[in-house]
Amino acid sequence: MDALKQELKKNIIEQLNLEDFTVEDILDDDPLFGDGLGLDSIDALELIVLLDKDYGIKLTDPIEGKIVFKSIEVLANYITENRTK
Amino acid sequence: MKNNLNIVAYCSIKNHVVALNGIPLITKDHDLTFSEFSKEVYKELKMDYSKFFKMDDQCKLAILISEILFNHIKIDSKNKENIAIVLSNRSASLNTDRKYQETISNKENYYPSPAVFVYTLPNITIGEICIKHKIKGENVFFVSEAFNATLLKQYASCLFQNKKSKQILCGWIDFDDDQYQAFLYLVSEHGNRKFNQKSIKKIYNENIWMH
Repeated sequence: MDALKQELKKNIIEQLNLEDFTVEDILDDDPLFGDGLGLDSIDALELIVLLDKDYGIKLTDPIEGKIVFKSIEVLANYITENRTK
Repeated sequence: MKNNLNIVAYCSIKNHVVALNGIPLITKDHDLTFSEFSKEVYKELKMDYSKFFKMDDQCKLAILISEILFNHIKIDSKNKENIAIVLSNRSASLNTDRKYQETISNKENYYPSPAVFVYTLPNITIGEICIKHKIKGENVFFVSEAFNATLLKQYASCLFQNKKSKQILCGWIDFDDDQYQAFLYLVSEHGNRKFNQKSIKKIYNENIWMH
């Protein structure tokens, strides 16, 4: 699980061009949106693409997305339970 | 079309050189890619705008050149809000269009990127300048083979005469395949350089060919 969290942090920084952040800056329970990493709606769409591309998870329900993208901790748990690759 | 407009200030970015009113302001190593160059200029300007790093290269170019110009010309927020923007280029958003095409070209690996897609229109360049500087005036983006001083002059004069705006930001922001050329000038009743085709062409040629 820890390896997955690290991988997620690294990929999110790279995919979303978060120049001001390093893997160490992101805590497992930091909010991804709002006051945490300050991600926006386009970032949310990129995260949906990332889930599909890297883990074979197709997220179609916006309400589910709101829950899944709460933090790295929640996202890693969701991926572990639902990944197809 | 007669007017009382003048060029207040102008800026250019080309071949790793940033110039303000014809004088080189920042010069970087010619070996740098645009990505490296733009990041260094961003740091040198001490900007704190993390959204910059999410932009495509053309918007980065526009943000840097507009930042330099507005750092130089102090305009209060109320007047800044009413600035009109008239931009042009040759490549539209082709560079980003190609990048987006790459994300959808392989049926087995078909992952359209939303973050790339949002930059597949040239007038997004104007949008990013407007967001950064809280500008809400009229705007237009022309795509033409070469810099057209007459077109930009006529359009800006029209906006002024029709009382759409008292200040107009005009220029050329072109990016394609790591080749870039940006030239921006602000027009208003102030300033001491006459606003006509001859002077626009003159400062464009001096700035774009001097590097």
